[in-house]
Amino acid sequence: MKDVDVTGLAAERAEHWEREFGEDRDASARTIRNRSGIEVKPLYAPARPGPDYLESLGWPGQPPMTRGIYATMHRGRTWSQRQLIGLGTPEEHNVRLRKLLDAGANAVSLIPCNSVYRGLDVDEVEPELLGTCGVTVNTVEDMDTCLGGVDLSQVSTAMNDPSPFTLLALLLVVAERRGVPWERVSGTSNQSDYISHFVANHMFFRLALPGARRVLLDHVAFCRERLPRWNPVSVVGQHMQQAGATPAEAMGLTLSTAIQYAVDCRERGLPLDAVLPRFTFFFDVSVSFFEEVAKFRAGRRIWQRVVRERLGVEDPRAWRFKFHAQTSGVDLTRQQPLVNVARATVQAMAGIFGGLQSLHVDAYDEVLSVPTEKAARIAVATQNVLREEAHLTDVIDPLGGSYYVETLTDQMEAEIEKVMARIDAAGGMYRAAEAGIVQDMIGQSALAYQERIDSGAERIVGVNAWKADEDEEAMEGLARPDRTRILEQVDRLRRHKRERANGATAAALDSLARAANDPRANVFEAVVGAARAEATHGEICGLLRRELGAGQPLVVP
Amino acid sequence: MIQKGKRRTTRVLVTKIGLDGHDRGSRIVATYLRDAGMEVIYTAPWQTIAAVVKLALEEDVDVIGVSSLATDHLLLPRLVAALREAGLAHVRVVVGGIVPPGEERALLAAGVSRVFHPGSSRDEIVIGVAALADEARGDALAEERA
Repeated sequence: MKDVDVTGLAAERAEHWEREFGEDRDASARTIRNRSGIEVKPLYAPARPGPDYLESLGWPGQPPMTRGIYATMHRGRTWSQRQLIGLGTPEEHNVRLRKLLDAGANAVSLIPCNSVYRGLDVDEVEPELLGTCGVTVNTVEDMDTCLGGVDLSQVSTAMNDPSPFTLLALLLVVAERRGVPWERVSGTSNQSDYISHFVANHMFFRLALPGARRVLLDHVAFCRERLPRWNPVSVVGQHMQQAGATPAEAMGLTLSTAIQYAVDCRERGLPLDAVLPRFTFFFDVSVSFFEEVAKFRAGRRIWQRVVRERLGVEDPRAWRFKFHAQTSGVDLTRQQPLVNVARATVQAMAGIFGGLQSLHVDAYDEVLSVPTEKAARIAVATQNVLREEAHLTDVIDPLGGSYYVETLTDQMEAEIEKVMARIDAAGGMYRAAEAGIVQDMIGQSALAYQERIDSGAERIVGVNAWKADEDEEAMEGLARPDRTRILEQVDRLRRHKRERANGATAAALDSLARAANDPRANVFEAVVGAARAEATHGEICGLLRRELGAGQPLVVP
Repeated sequence: MIQKGKRRTTRVLVTKIGLDGHDRGSRIVATYLRDAGMEVIYTAPWQTIAAVVKLALEEDVDVIGVSSLATDHLLLPRLVAALREAGLAHVRVVVGGIVPPGEERALLAAGVSRVFHPGSSRDEIVIGVAALADEARGDALAEERA
């Protein structure tokens, strides 16, 4: 930076930002004043930016992206209020989903039942486990019911569903039947990150590592050609942080995972400037407010550097670190559960100031079960309050420039890079996970944190500090799904398997088996074919477990 | 097989049954118990009831600790019944995790010995498991004498 004209460069970049900001009429046409009548500008920056500012902060939408990935950020477009919904039968799910859309959610994220996560149909597991943590969706009809009344060309519909991505296949068949062109279908394959499942959340781990690796690439290739508005890759830091990784570790491991997927895509012949703009990230946001803000700002800076310098991608759209955040469930307490509303509010604020694009706020009773309707509405309302009453979206990166936040951002960046260097030394994230290195790191951090709570070094209201007696007050009224309706669905599935055109289903499953054994074939395309031929989720997953190997957790004591 | 009742070291099986795979809790609890001098048999998640009973028999455990984040604890009445059927009525079953109050009452009525909730301390868990292991060994000895 020494040899360049800092003043000239800063003026040029500021002007560039102003032009980009001005082009977005929604953002620039409004003048905002606070209650005292003072005009609130969209961005605050130093009057005379020095070389450090240019190098470490810059302007929103420009490298190093510390201040945000778009010129307008939340002033132009606030985050998607993407509430997770997963409840009982498809009919019950649809009722809850419509209520949340009415309450202000503008994107949905479908959480399937644990049986679905494990790749099983409802007739393959103990009935008491069905529909308790998500919706029991096995067939095209089930998906159609779940999304009844939802315009698939308008509402973004994320599917929490790993390899082989059967729920997206079911969604695509529903779109076909409704006459919605696939090009208009938007959303994200959440939970596409099989490495995070292998190291931190075994429940989603359906196929053995090599099979999961291959099907993810097939999925990326398919989406690139057929689903221009679909994000096929969501790299998940959330599981690792929930499993015990520190915020810095979770960010480092996530970035290392993203690098692994990018390298895998390139080796597969997928051009990175085409696929990387469709990479998204999914993080946990804990109650450790400033640490989380710094985590996101540092992660954004590292990712643009990695993509530009290490992966050599020129397209600025690929440099953007787009992320969804979910407030941390681990921070919530069973004791004094209403206090969880306060925790979730602070967590959400950390994510917003960290520059997120999409947010899910946990309901205060999520520590005990799938949220009740009342608690879920408060979670949506929390976001409405932060946006509309607290005006947190008026200014871009409002904490930028704080001595503390900038120092902490630099320090977090250094910690994150240490983690990434460790993973690089192990041969990348795939190998590090295979060897149990990541699991060991996460386990040690989980234990260290628990020891801090046990010793009182970490104080948690209601748990080891400020205890009160009225613990149970808000926790009655938790509902498990209606057993009769669940059993009806099991019957319906059995009937479906009997009454469909079974010849066509068998032929499509046969094609799927052949695709699995043909390295040149696209497995995901065959999954869509099987879904169209009315094969069920469990049949598709079961077949691929046999052909590609079943995922088994690695036990790291 | 070590003769029941005469062994001094507590043996605990730490496991997860059913569908869920979140193992942060079970890993930490296994470490706590091991650090307290107990012999811990630790399994991957997703165990079937039959597999847990078989392991409990083979490993001669005093206590089975089941971790439940989702709703897999709803299977515990099946586990308790299967243990009794296999002649392991003395083995104590405890669960740690997210169990709503109504379901806790039902589990205790079905023969589960104790429910540990989020926020339970290391001491609470270690002391609680040790006491139940003593009870289990006492019962095993009484069964043998009878």
